Amino acid sequence: MKYYITDNCATAVELKDIPEVEYAALYEDLKERLQEEHYHVAHYFARTEENRLKFYLILLDDKEQKIMISSFAMEYYDDIALPSLTALHPQMHPFEREITELYNVEFDSMPWNKPLRFPYNRRNRNSTMDNYPFYTIEGESLHEVNVGPIHAGIIEPGAFRFICNGENVLHLEIALGYQHRGVENEFCSTNNRLRQTLLAESIAGDSAVSHAVAFSYAMEKLTHRVDKNLDLERTVALELERMAMHIADTGALCTDVGYQLGQVACEALRTVTINTTQAWCGNRFGKGLIRPDGTNKPLTSEKIVMILSNVKDVRRRYNEVREDIKSSPTLLARFEQCGLVPKAEMARIGGVGMAARASGVKRDIRSSHPYGAYLDTKHESVVKRQGDVMARLMVRCKEVLQSADNIIRLLSAYTPAVEARPDYDSPLKAESLAVGLIEGWRGEICHVAITDKEGNIETYKVKDPSLHNWLGLAIAVRSEGISDFPINNKSFNLSYCGHDL
Amino acid sequence: MAIVLNTILIIVTALAIPGVINRTRALLAGRKGLPFTQHLRNVNVLLRKGAVYSTTTTALFRIAPAIYLGAAIVATLMIPVADLYPLISFEGDVICFAYTLALARMAIILAAMDTGSSFEGMGAAREALYGALIEPALMIGFATLALFCGYTSFADIFEHEQSFDLHLTIVMLLTAFLFVKITFVESGRVPVDDPRTHLELTMIHEVMCLDYSGIDMGMIHIAGWLKTACFSMIAANAVTATCCFHWWCAVPLAILLTGVSVGVVESTQARNKLVRNTTFIVTISALAALIFFIGYLLKLNINI
Repeated sequence: MKYYITDNCATAVELKDIPEVEYAALYEDLKERLQEEHYHVAHYFARTEENRLKFYLILLDDKEQKIMISSFAMEYYDDIALPSLTALHPQMHPFEREITELYNVEFDSMPWNKPLRFPYNRRNRNSTMDNYPFYTIEGESLHEVNVGPIHAGIIEPGAFRFICNGENVLHLEIALGYQHRGVENEFCSTNNRLRQTLLAESIAGDSAVSHAVAFSYAMEKLTHRVDKNLDLERTVALELERMAMHIADTGALCTDVGYQLGQVACEALRTVTINTTQAWCGNRFGKGLIRPDGTNKPLTSEKIVMILSNVKDVRRRYNEVREDIKSSPTLLARFEQCGLVPKAEMARIGGVGMAARASGVKRDIRSSHPYGAYLDTKHESVVKRQGDVMARLMVRCKEVLQSADNIIRLLSAYTPAVEARPDYDSPLKAESLAVGLIEGWRGEICHVAITDKEGNIETYKVKDPSLHNWLGLAIAVRSEGISDFPINNKSFNLSYCGHDL
Repeated sequence: MAIVLNTILIIVTALAIPGVINRTRALLAGRKGLPFTQHLRNVNVLLRKGAVYSTTTTALFRIAPAIYLGAAIVATLMIPVADLYPLISFEGDVICFAYTLALARMAIILAAMDTGSSFEGMGAAREALYGALIEPALMIGFATLALFCGYTSFADIFEHEQSFDLHLTIVMLLTAFLFVKITFVESGRVPVDDPRTHLELTMIHEVMCLDYSGIDMGMIHIAGWLKTACFSMIAANAVTATCCFHWWCAVPLAILLTGVSVGVVESTQARNKLVRNTTFIVTISALAALIFFIGYLLKLNINI
């Protein structure tokens, strides 16, 4: 089985260099490889190439720090069913479901053959949200509870269907797709790189910096530009976003169990953190900060001093909140042993990011596929084994402190220099595939760009970590009380629009 | 005169408690917080609005708030404020009080089931369970109060109890503690229920009122305040009976006892996991039984 092997700092791959194999070979190879925890699929998608349907697979090897790319093709009108990989490795389910939805490719013995996000360009127009095939169980003592798609809080739409035995959840099915905006196709419909950057920033509002950084790295791999200072600034921005979101989630978890002290303390700290980002770039969520090949908001000495003092202050005060949470029996009673996702299960469903690390699956692009500022220093990931709500909260707590330390370390040794302005016009390498792979606060974000003969983006694929982790939430609430669903949901805090695109 | 003052004072207590809770919480959170009268303004707005009804509901749903509020008012009128005299008082009114409130609960549970919503059904199931579990605590608590004087009317009980031996002080204080605990359950506060949550799946009382709006919602709020005031006043009466049995002592005590304790608990504690609520409430009943036996033993020894 042949792969094109590269790493996370190499430039884009020319399409002709990507080996094309038979599906049978790929199937056999993945069947073996995915049994090992250090392999997982970052992306697997299809696109049309001259009457052919070409499938690209991007496999990550966490141990060797490699990105492995391979492909296979079938005739566009071929009517053969491919044997399903999901049947063996459930982590493949979102990819195979997407391919079926967009191209009507059938996967043989696919156990969960359901629409993924109801995109506007789906093949089967009769498949709509209203007739989503929910799983049902018959039984006198069971009842179904439907939550959403419109929710009581200010959150995004998504339908949750619980099958309960009294207060206990037997099964939860999550139906998404209400936020579909056609982001991936929008990237290809314009050549204006500024507009594309803005699109990347708006893929998921809570990960504006992360998606913009992933986009920028993908673009820079196609233009061959590397800038150390820019890398450092992006890392600082990413870590600030991580701090803000983790602090917000700590507060939200406290809110959901009615713990006022933790809630108000975290709300105040989150405000300080996002206001720091605002003082740097003019937007609290870091929109406008990340641009390909340059920046409009370079770090000046005054800004560095401001960020350093704010981050140190937040770190000290957040540490107190953390100690308080760890020593409150009423909070521990709610969070511990609640919403367990065992390690084996998390690895099987291909969980990524902090949720996976809370279950003992060490998946962290910062250490497994270093990029930017992480190339110079080895990143030690925070890993917990318990896999419950408490573990997910504690991973957050530790990561906030770690991110603060990272920012302090990077900025203390940083001397501002004159930096390049963003470059929206430099030509992209033609007929190439570039992977923007970074660790956002929620987990691994993977952007894939494929260019055509003129160097325009022809296919753009986005993967938010939520795509994998929604299934983790469904597994976490099994056999939990239905009233513990909200804290489980908050402990994952997944993105609806990141999934729906 | 005493009856009029009694009625006015218990209503004042009912209106003041939510304000004290909010102020305590704001103080402990280091926030400016809501104004003291915000809850009154909110209800004022609600009462001037019409109501929207779901098409799946029947007349049962529409009359439930009226029954709920009516029952709460009747129950409130049975409660004396220390040395004053309540409007409604007769032999056995403690039992009548408990089951008037049970009637209110039944009305709102049936109304919740009437909507056909899966949330409200779950909320109704929880409310029915907790209502049934708290009933022994309530009854044993009343029995403890009635034990020493042989009367079964609130007015008579408290009037006679204050003349008792100092040895019974401990029993009265424990009974007061019991009723404060019952207040937490009956008025749906942390750690049993969280009135501020927006998460339907975790709600108990609030989820049953999800389909109510406008004037109906206002009535349900007022009934809730009255219920809280009743239990709070019983606790305050038990405390004042041991030291200073006057209305000007009982009213501030009733307001502070519930207002501050609820405020403090809601600021510093998380809610119970729902399955643990059952244990929490059964423990209150056990506590009630224990207090009753202590009282009984003391009564035998002292030989009143």
